[in-house]
Amino acid sequence: MAQNPTGMNGQNAGQAVLSVRNVSMNFGGLRALSEVDVDVRQGEVVALIGPNGAGKTTFFNCITGIYTPSEGEITAYPKSGKPKRADGIRINGMRTNLVCELGMARTFQNIRLFPSMTALENVMIGRHCRTSTGILGAVLRGPGTRREEQEVVDKSFEMLTKVGLEKLANEYARNLPYGAQRRLEIARALATEPFLLLLDEPAAGMNPQETEELKQMVIRIREEFKVSVLLIEHDMKMVMSLSDRIYVMEYGRIISTGTPKEVSEDPQVIRAYLGEDSDA
Amino acid sequence: MEYFLQLFFGGLSRGSVYALIALGYTMVYGIIELINFAHGEIYMIGAFMGLIVAGVLTTLGWPVLSILAIALVVSVLYSAAYGYTVEKIAYKPLRSAPRLAPLISAIGMSILLQNYIMLAQTPDFLPFPRLIPELAFMDAVSNYLGTSDLFIIATSLVVMIALTFFIKFTRMGKAMRATAQNRKMAMLVGVNVDQVISVTFIIGSSLAAVGGVLIAAHVGQINFAIGFLAGIKAFTAAVLGGIGSIPGAVLGGLVLGWAESFATGYISSDYEDVFAFLLLVVILIFRPAGLLGKQRAQKV
Amino acid sequence: MERANIIQNPIQNPIQNVVRHVVRHVKQALVAAVWLSFLTLPIMVIRVDTVEKTVTWRWMHLAYMAVGSFVLALAWYAMMERRNKSQAKKELETVERVSALAGMLADPRITRPLMAFGLLVAVAFPWFFSLYQTNILVSALIYVVLGLGLNITVGLAGLLDLGYVAFYAVGAYTYALLNHHFHLGFWAVLPLGAVMGAFFGILLGFPVLRLRGDYLAIVTLGFGQIIRLVLENWSAFSYGPSGISNIDRPGLFGISYSVEQATTYMYYIMLALVLLTIFVTARLKDSRIGRAWLALREDEIACQAMGIDNTRAKLMAFSLGATLAALMGVVFAAKTTFINPASFTFMESAMILAIVVLGGMGSVLGVILGAFLLMLLPEYLRAFSEYRMLIFGATMVLIMVFRPEGLVRAKRKVYTINVEAAG
Repeated sequence: MAQNPTGMNGQNAGQAVLSVRNVSMNFGGLRALSEVDVDVRQGEVVALIGPNGAGKTTFFNCITGIYTPSEGEITAYPKSGKPKRADGIRINGMRTNLVCELGMARTFQNIRLFPSMTALENVMIGRHCRTSTGILGAVLRGPGTRREEQEVVDKSFEMLTKVGLEKLANEYARNLPYGAQRRLEIARALATEPFLLLLDEPAAGMNPQETEELKQMVIRIREEFKVSVLLIEHDMKMVMSLSDRIYVMEYGRIISTGTPKEVSEDPQVIRAYLGEDSDA
Repeated sequence: MEYFLQLFFGGLSRGSVYALIALGYTMVYGIIELINFAHGEIYMIGAFMGLIVAGVLTTLGWPVLSILAIALVVSVLYSAAYGYTVEKIAYKPLRSAPRLAPLISAIGMSILLQNYIMLAQTPDFLPFPRLIPELAFMDAVSNYLGTSDLFIIATSLVVMIALTFFIKFTRMGKAMRATAQNRKMAMLVGVNVDQVISVTFIIGSSLAAVGGVLIAAHVGQINFAIGFLAGIKAFTAAVLGGIGSIPGAVLGGLVLGWAESFATGYISSDYEDVFAFLLLVVILIFRPAGLLGKQRAQKV
Repeated sequence: MERANIIQNPIQNPIQNVVRHVVRHVKQALVAAVWLSFLTLPIMVIRVDTVEKTVTWRWMHLAYMAVGSFVLALAWYAMMERRNKSQAKKELETVERVSALAGMLADPRITRPLMAFGLLVAVAFPWFFSLYQTNILVSALIYVVLGLGLNITVGLAGLLDLGYVAFYAVGAYTYALLNHHFHLGFWAVLPLGAVMGAFFGILLGFPVLRLRGDYLAIVTLGFGQIIRLVLENWSAFSYGPSGISNIDRPGLFGISYSVEQATTYMYYIMLALVLLTIFVTARLKDSRIGRAWLALREDEIACQAMGIDNTRAKLMAFSLGATLAALMGVVFAAKTTFINPASFTFMESAMILAIVVLGGMGSVLGVILGAFLLMLLPEYLRAFSEYRMLIFGATMVLIMVFRPEGLVRAKRKVYTINVEAAG
């Protein structure tokens, strides 16, 4: 059950892409996150689980710059790009768009697509930070701009193909079925060429078959794009079979961490979480 | 000192009227997060209703104070009906539309109402009859506190206390507060949200009408365009106090009234309206939550 | 009895069904008409003169109002029903499945000749029509550009700018003052005006653009008012409410020309500027920048999370809109040769907004149509000109309720995919 289906684990293990140390987040008097430590290493799929309201999405928001954590250090280690530094880059409170440009792209728990744009255009937005046409270039539309534009279209279409939405490329995002919208969010995030993909409850609202397809898709994507994945998920079956390591969060604290097997056997976790939830 | 007191009470009465109008903005914003752009026009219609009632009754030779009372009542009833109708036509169909849609609709409604009054009545300024007599016992202080100022301050105070009681203690008041906190939740526990919204518009419009009649009687003339400036200023007051907060609207109204009064009194009267707009811009840029409002965390 | 019958056979009685609908609408409309008549009664009927102490009763107005509101209410309820039905069907509509008319408008085989014909008519216009007509058309063309400019800010980027006219004023006063003090000519100031517009756009935009939609609207309204009030009160700088007159018309290689020729010249200048604006906005709309604006309009948080610098994108849209407004300000000053602050009131901003809203936010063709409709109809239907603003206001409400996409729905481009590269 805890075996890694791709056998990727161990290849680049140890090389961190994201390290979160001692992060706390206070909202007024409320402590949403408390001294959280999380590491994601190259090529890993790491899951963050926990009951509703445990602070998982708040944690995502801290990593992606939507909130600035009250305490602690968040460090990213981009594998390429201009500001490549071995000691990593501190991203506490960095602007959300810069975090994305750095190579950490996310999806949202309550799907946030651009509803009146087509599926393809949604993915093309992901290419924005990897392209450079300015106002003048867009107006003059010289050969360079046209080349870049065609490349954006082609790359975006390729991403749609990866998530199986190529037939729906020209449909408005708001008209897509629910499962397709979730996959479109993943394609959009992939288009930004991330080294770390942050998925916020990607399987929410999906039936078992869709969930299984999603799982296979994540495995394929991780393989093909050499991307690490940090995901929040409630579907235990998916989490247990997909992730290399799991962090369990409750009341803003990490109460347990380890391989799926270790976590599922941790009495603290069973008491706090799994004890109430029979599908695990 | 006398000059200071004159400015102080002038600002207080002016600020009370801003507060009356601001309450309408703040209550509506609290419940449906809409800047009711047409609210200033409701205030203007209130003033016009006052003028019409007063005009008719004056020709009939009624005593002044009874005219004032009737004008206030009729104007409140009619403005409330206007507020209710405006909501039903321009905002209710747009409950689930993107945020800017009801705002644009509100701007359209504001233009519509202004031009309706202009065409049905007149584009010119109309003199408003003197409904507030100079009371004899006010002579001693009349250099800095006129009877009409006192009247405005007292009426506003009474109305605001009544509103506070309504919101704190009645069933509808509680439903309003619940809806303001979380509309979906309120709906789930059986609050009739449509009704709450209607009542909010009715109350807000009534308050604006009181302000309209009082200020018209004080200033002595009105026209179809007075709602725009008064509306913007009252909105400034609402934002200043923290939009959505009822005590904030009152505080904001008073602060704005005094700021204007002292600024025009001690600095220059040329830029009277610029002060209000500057205040609006500065507040929104630097402290959009206002004096009493809370900064809310963004939901993602 | 009858009712039971309908319930039993709802499908087999289509006529009865229609009758039932009509009866229901008529009842609703009657109630609405009675209510509206009651509501408008005092203001429509009574007119008091407080100085002469006379009261005029205009009972005929009540009758007009009753009939008018009945008809309008009937239309309202009928349209409401259609709206509810089409909202239920919305799921089915996609990019490809559009109406036949829209399909025709997208086909280059039809649009190219149409555009060529339109251009021909536009170029030939001053030779066939009177000076008066040409003059009106110049005004309309100015509003086309203003509408297209505001369309970038509001329609594409979703930033509701209620002080747009301030940038128009910046351009107009830039030319008027430079011409008055330094005798600078139109052609010298035109680019300068654009730069001033962009500068003011960035200057005003920078502090306000992090505000949320409706607050942004109010702040821009405030800025617009401040600029107008300063122009009105700072007489030493702007000559106050009396304004600046004797502004030079555009120069033509030093050739002097008559007033009639001036109008024709102005017309061609405007035509060129309109074409340029259409070209620029159309290109931007389908570019990387335009897509970023749309994403911004749709969902700010997701937009920034996908790596778009929101502030930069907003500033671009805001200052580009401002640039076009300022350009038009320069043209306006040169056309009328006289300006004062009264031309730059909030109502002007609202009118330009109405053009964008009516035409269709985000649609270039829609905005052009909107500008022509709103500017030309009142000119030619003189009887309506009094009711112009009333109708503008009503239109804005009706469009928002019944057709939020405006006359012409902004269509998304269907991209062609280079399959080999994608393979």
